[in-house]
Parts: sequence; structure tokens; C-alpha cells
Amino acid sequence: MIPEIGQFAMILALSLAICQGVLPLLGAHRNDAAMMGIARTAATGQFLFVAVAFGCLTYAFVTDDFSVLYVANHSQLSLPTVYKVSAVWGAHEGSLLMWILILAAWTLAVARFSSGLPEAFAARVIGVLGLLSIGFLLFAILTSNPFDRLVPAAADGADLNPLLQDPGLAIHPPLLYIGYVGFSVAFAFAIAAMLSGDLDRRWAKWTRPWTTLAWLFLTLGIALGSWWAYYELGWGGWWFWDPVENASFMPWLIGTALIHSLAVTERRGLFKSWTLLLAITAFSLSLLGTFLVRSGIIVSVHAFATDPTRGFFILGFLAVVVLGALILYAWRAPSMDSEVGFGLLSRETFLLLNNVLLVVATALVLIGTLAPLVIELLDGSKISIGPPWFEVAFLVPTLPLVLLLGVGMHTAWRTQNAKSWLGVLRIPAIIALVIGFVVPLLFYGRSSLLLVVGCGAAFWIIATSVILPLRSIRREKGSTGITRSHLGMSIAHLGMGLFVLGVTVVSAFSIETDRAMQPGQTLEVGGYEFELRELRDVQGANYSAIEAVVEIRDDGEVVGELRPQKRQYLVQKNWMTEAGIDASWNKDLFVALGDQLGNGAWSVRIQYKPLIRFIWLGALVMALGGLISVSDRRYRLRASKAAEAAPAVAESA
Amino acid sequence: MKRWLIILVAALSVAPAAAIDTGKAFDDPELQARYEKLISEVRCLKCQNQSIKDSNVFLAADLRREIRRLIAEGKTDPEIVDFLVTRYGEFALYRPRTSGKTLILWIAPFLLVLFGGFALYRVVRHRMSLPIDDAGSEGGTE
Amino acid sequence: MVRYIAPLVVVILLIGFLVIGLTRGDPRALPSPFIGKPAPQFELPTLKDPEVRIGSTNLEGKFSLINVWATWCAGCRQEHGFLLDLAAENNIPIYGINWRDTRPKALQWIAQLGDPYVASGYDETGRVGIDWGVYGAPESFLVSGDGIVLHKHLGPLSRETWEQDFLPLIEGGGASR
Repeated sequence: MIPEIGQFAMILALSLAICQGVLPLLGAHRNDAAMMGIARTAATGQFLFVAVAFGCLTYAFVTDDFSVLYVANHSQLSLPTVYKVSAVWGAHEGSLLMWILILAAWTLAVARFSSGLPEAFAARVIGVLGLLSIGFLLFAILTSNPFDRLVPAAADGADLNPLLQDPGLAIHPPLLYIGYVGFSVAFAFAIAAMLSGDLDRRWAKWTRPWTTLAWLFLTLGIALGSWWAYYELGWGGWWFWDPVENASFMPWLIGTALIHSLAVTERRGLFKSWTLLLAITAFSLSLLGTFLVRSGIIVSVHAFATDPTRGFFILGFLAVVVLGALILYAWRAPSMDSEVGFGLLSRETFLLLNNVLLVVATALVLIGTLAPLVIELLDGSKISIGPPWFEVAFLVPTLPLVLLLGVGMHTAWRTQNAKSWLGVLRIPAIIALVIGFVVPLLFYGRSSLLLVVGCGAAFWIIATSVILPLRSIRREKGSTGITRSHLGMSIAHLGMGLFVLGVTVVSAFSIETDRAMQPGQTLEVGGYEFELRELRDVQGANYSAIEAVVEIRDDGEVVGELRPQKRQYLVQKNWMTEAGIDASWNKDLFVALGDQLGNGAWSVRIQYKPLIRFIWLGALVMALGGLISVSDRRYRLRASKAAEAAPAVAESA
Repeated sequence: MKRWLIILVAALSVAPAAAIDTGKAFDDPELQARYEKLISEVRCLKCQNQSIKDSNVFLAADLRREIRRLIAEGKTDPEIVDFLVTRYGEFALYRPRTSGKTLILWIAPFLLVLFGGFALYRVVRHRMSLPIDDAGSEGGTE
Repeated sequence: MVRYIAPLVVVILLIGFLVIGLTRGDPRALPSPFIGKPAPQFELPTLKDPEVRIGSTNLEGKFSLINVWATWCAGCRQEHGFLLDLAAENNIPIYGINWRDTRPKALQWIAQLGDPYVASGYDETGRVGIDWGVYGAPESFLVSGDGIVLHKHLGPLSRETWEQDFLPLIEGGGASR
């Protein structure tokens, strides 16, 4: 019964999405207030019904309703309840429903917080989001219905993939999707502007907080995925350049470029068409990512098991959306750009440089991900492009980017006096160079050119990021201090510096050893002693495991104990490795069990990972910076502002 | 030394299946480093995109063993790579070998940066020639 | 104007590739690098009698089917019936490579389910499997009388696959039977 309610709710949501998609757009075109007014109501209604559907699916999982095929395939009686909930989005159909829910939620947020926007513009934005919802709801209802019945019902389910039975993996998809889907808002804003033919600095101001909000969630989602892979399956690795990882990274790179481009458009009315293109591209990459994951076209641990029919549907949808947007772009964009200038040494130049390098980086990731497919289609030969290529290729645009990161913040708009500019930057540069030299040598005993550059760049970013906040603290009483927007920017950049530091140090100084060990044996890695004290059998809720007790000593003194496990889940029978990690702010000690070797010996992987936490800490700080930035008062639009803006907008459409 | 290793590895090769990869590292750190780099760059063909270093399946263990044997026999890295490619094709390598079409892949980063730099140069030069004056700033100090 | 149309063109091209990509089937399926080339040299003790060896020399002078199998492989169980039928038709000798298995289990399997093989080589360590580029059982290779690998099939063999992919090559190859 409940699953049928869920299915019905999805169909109702679709009909509301059709209202929401079609009528407001027509209304904006004809300046019909009644039709435009439907937008917000339809959006609210659509959200409610999608939420009901999602609730029904969750209910089916939590009550072990194995008459629903999706539940039977991905749950199990002995699955802990918290994972029964996360199993809802653990595979294709459910995660698609979650995507639809999140899209409806973003739309609701836009509807709720857009009172300051001109009516026609808001109607167009919500309308475009409605069209997107139609596409996804159709896809779900026609090809990927989570409520399909299994007759006769199964007695017990096939269990959730053990890899997904983990808190990190439970939150990773929602966070990621909030980011992914969030770029649809910037996309909708772009389409709305192109439809009306009207794009000015206010448009950039409206679009910015939505973009930053989506971006920060995507940052968190990607960071969480990386952290999870590290402790759950990466054997100490934190990024593998897997096609699906790349699929989430590309929108992030373009999203970052978009945030910076919006800054230019907001401040000077420049690069409007470029910003439009970035907004279209960011969401297009989100759609491409969805396609890659769900179509079965690439080889990846992340890929959902699915069939080509679904792939064709998504590709068709992607084609319609992206080509439609780009046709609009080709039509409207040429008339939009302004003829305003700036000097060579200016913030505009640096932000342009930022965009160029980020776009190049994105293009490289795209090439690396799709080239094997293209080459195979062209001449039949199958090659792999993996981390060895990506790591080198990606560094080419990002090394200059990282070095220049600190500069733009301190360069004036329009034109900057070179002397005062050097004056501001001189001290951070010296600090960075000195620390860059010293840190590797002092803390880790050796150095290299790449290390000096990496550490130097990291401290350069950190030093330049704290200038503005420090300056505002030291100001005399009565001054305005620092805006949240600027504070957010500084903190986000600081986060980037921490990230670069973590990556540099861990790449250069991590130590990894695979050895056969017997109970009672001790191994020395990274200056610490690891003794395998014993191996024993343990039981979990839905698994049985062999656990090793490993004692860690530093110069004879016990500093920690780890319990890595090799688990076998009762239903799916796969063997999972649970690593033991001793984490602290400046290093991780990582122990994982490999294979049983006979004679009581096991192969053990022991790793020393200095500063690895900085990688995710940096991402967290970046997201925090974004959050602070979004909360800046000037983004809060009030109805009065809209009234002022009305005459300017009246001529639109 | 090398002969001793060969004998050891040969002896282990006929051991029962359960003890295939003992994980005994090369005593020579240089050889060990080569081994670790090689296994991190070879795809586990049975898996969904993992290297044989990271994979648990027996094929990965077998391939690690073969690479270990080849290093112990004194084969060079290109020879080991050839060994793998002869049997599994280029798909087995995560580092695409430099050939006609992959050359483009390795040059692409530099080409793209140059192209981007050129585009940047054009835009900035154009903007430098335009009047800087524009309407008073609305919407914040940024 | 070009820069406003360029993105459109790029995306159309990309979508074109993706469409073709969708139609091509399993992205993990590896074509064998041995097609059209001499079969790898190998020699193994037979499953039934470790003193007897089989190897590349046994394949000379006639078409052969090399079938890689194991008792832990579900697909091998699936195709076993067809292999027995094929062996009974006496058209082509089937040689097995028992891959990464244990002798007692393999012998029991043959005893219980029937033996379609002229002989099976016992590849305990998987070394020969690697030499043939095997990565997942079952795999079957068609080798010509001159020792050239004509075709490789991944997964269980069936009558349809045999008729569609293997027979044309055998018949087209003329009388080297």
C-alpha cells in the first residue's frame, strides 16, 4: 500500500512539475501575472509530493518490505537500521529519487528566498527548474521506478553492499548531490537571463550566493568521499582519478571558476557571456557525471549497475538541456558584453587567469576520463589513462594557479599600482619562501625543488589569506572591519593553502610497507614500531571478522593500539578490509590486513601518512569560507529593492 | 644475491595456492621501489578500476608475483611492461605508453595552457585599450 | 561569432561519441592481443596424470579449442553441458586449462559431470593463465592448425556463440582439420 502511495506521489509530483515548468515560462513571456504566480505554489507542491514518495521508500526499507524489488535487492533483515535508511540512496533508483528530492528542495528554496527578485525573472528561474524536474521524474517513472513490486515477496533481502555500510558513505551521496544539483540554480538563473535578454550586475549578485552554496556542499561531498575512500578502501590512497570521482570534480572546478567570474561580472559588468557559459557548463558537467555513473559506459567502482536503455534516456535528456542552453547562448550572448576596460595589473586580469587555468584543468580531467572511450571508438584499441597521467597533467595548470592564488585578493579593480602591490605582497612572499625551504628539512629531514615549491606555495596562500582578516582586527575603532564576503573569501583561500600543504607533504613523505607478519613480530615504519600482538575472531551485527591487535610504540613507549579487521559479511560473503588508523593532527598511522599466508602469517600494510588530515581539513575550511561568504548581508534581498528594480525589468521579455 | 632470490621465488612458485604472495620485500630498496611503482601502475583486469597493488583478488596477487619474479630475474621496467602488454594489451597499464596517439595525451596539458595563455593575452590586450571608466559601483566593495 | 558557436559544436561531437559508446557493450571486455598471432607457448602437467605433459605441441596440425575452467567458476558450470555436446560431435578437440584450482576438486568435477576434454592441463599457480592473458574464467580460445589464435570468447560458451563466432572461422580456414 505505502509503495503504491509513493508511486502515485511521484506521478502527482510530475504533473505539478509540468505546471511549474510550463506555465511560469509562458507567463513571463506574456507578462501574465497569474501564470507567473503559479511558480511558487507548484514548486512547493512538487516538493511535498516528492518528499512523500521519498518517505514511502524510506518506510519500505525501515519496515523490511521485501515485496518492493528495490528493497529486496539492497537491504536485509539484520542490517542495522541506520543503514536501512542510507540504503534508500544506495543504488540507482533510490539515489535518483533523492536527486529529484534535492532538486525540488533547491527549487523550493529559490521560491522561498526570491521575494527580492523581479517577478518575471523568478518565474523563469523556477520554470526552468521545473523543466529539469520533469526530465528527471519522467526518467524515474519510466525507467527506474523504485517502487516496482517483487512478486512473490522475498523472505529476506540481498543485503546492502558492505562497502556502503558505513557512516561516511551514508552521508557522502546526499552532500554530493546537494552540490551537484545546486548548480542547476545557477543554470536556471543563466537561462532566465538569456530568455529575457537582460543580464546586468544585479543578476550576478543574485546568482552568486546560490552558486557558492552549491559549491560548498560539493566541496564537502567530494572531501567526504575522499576521506571515506582513504579509511575504507584506498589502502591509504585518497584520490584515484576514477572516472566517477572525476565526474564530481569537474563541476567543482568549473563552479570555482564560476564563483570568481561572477565576482567580475558583479563588480564591473564584465564577461557576462563568459559567466553565462560557465554557469551552463557547471550544470552540464553535473548531468554528464550522472550519465557516466548510471549508463554503464565506463569502468568504475562507483558505477551503478544499470543498463544502456537508461543510459540513452539520460543522454537524450542531457542533449536536450545542454544543446538548448547553448543555442540560447549562441543567440543571446553576443549582444551582452560591455565595452569596459581594465589595466594589465588588475584584479580582472588575475581572475581571468584563474578562470583560464581552472578551465584548462577541467578540460584535462575531461580528456583523461573520456579519451579511452574516444580512442576505442576511433580505432578499436583499448588503453587506460590512470593516476600516472592525471597527476602529471593536472599539475601543469594547477601549479601556476596555486602560486598565483594569493595575489588576486590584493590587487585592485581596474588598475593597480605596481609599487604598493609589491609592498603588500613582499612580506608574505618572503615568509613563504623561507618556510617553504625550512619545513621539509626541519620536520622531515629532506627536501627537493618540488617540495620547496609545494610548501612555499601553501604558506604563500596561507600568508596572503590572513592579511585582510588581520588588518581588520588591527584597525582603529569605528572602522567597518571586514565584510563577511571578504572574510569568507580569505578563509576559503586559507583552506586551499592547508589543502596544498597536506597534499605536498603526504605525497612526498608518506611511507608505505607491505610485509608478512606473524603474531609477536615487530616492524619499524616511519620511526614507529608496530607489533602484531595477536589475531582473534570477532562477531559483528551482520558480519564475522578476524581482528589483529597491533601495538604502536615510539622509542619503546606505547603510543597507540590499532585493531584492523578482515570482515566477511554474512549475506554477500565479500571480504572487506577495515583498516586501523591512529589519527592525529599531524600524521596518520595506518594498518591494514591483507591476505592470510599460511602458518599463522598475514600480509600487513603499514603506512605513515604525515599531514594527511590537512587535505580534508583544508576542504572543510574552504566550505566554511563559502558559508561565511553566503551569509553576507548584501545578499539578503528585500521586497523594497525589487520595487526599485521594477522599472528596469519592465522592458524585459 | 640475485641467484638466491631466484631460487627463493622459484621455490615459492610451486607452493600451494594459499601462500602465493608472501609479501617478502626485496632486500634491495631500489628493486623494492621499482616493484611498488610498477604494481601501482598496472590495472587489475578483473576489478572495477583498481591497481593490482590495491586489489585483493587472486589475479592481482598472481600478477604481482609475476612482476616480482621478472624483477628478480633482472628484467628492466620496459621489458616488464612489454610482458604485460603482450598478454593483456595496453589496457593493463594506467600510464599510457608513448606512441602516436598517446603522444597527444602527454602534450595536451602544455598545449592547452599555451592556448589558454594566448586567449588570455588577447582578451587582456583588448581590454587594456578600452576606457576604464564605468558607472559607479553598485553592490559592495568587492 | 565563432566563440559563441564553438561550445555547441564541441558538445554535439561529445554527445555523438557518447551515443556510439553506449552501443558498444561491456566496457570491461578486453580483446585478446593474441588474435591473429601465434598462441603462447606453454606446457603443463595433465590433471589426471601429473607425469604426462600437454602443451603447445599438442595443438599442431588441427583446429583446437582451449577452454580455461575452474571448479569455483559459476560460468564454467553453465557451459559444461554444451562442451560435453561439442566433444561428442567429435569435430574439434577441446583442451582444458584448469586454472587456479585444486587437483582433487577438479578431478571430482570431471568425474561427476563428465569430461569433454582430450586432456586438461593443471595450472595451479596461474602462470599459464597469465601467459594466455586470462583474467576471468571461463575463457575459450580457437587455435588454428598453424598455432594462430583465431578467436577468444569471454564467458560461458553456448551453441549460438559457437555457431556465430567459431564455426565460420573453422570452416573459412579450409581443410586443416
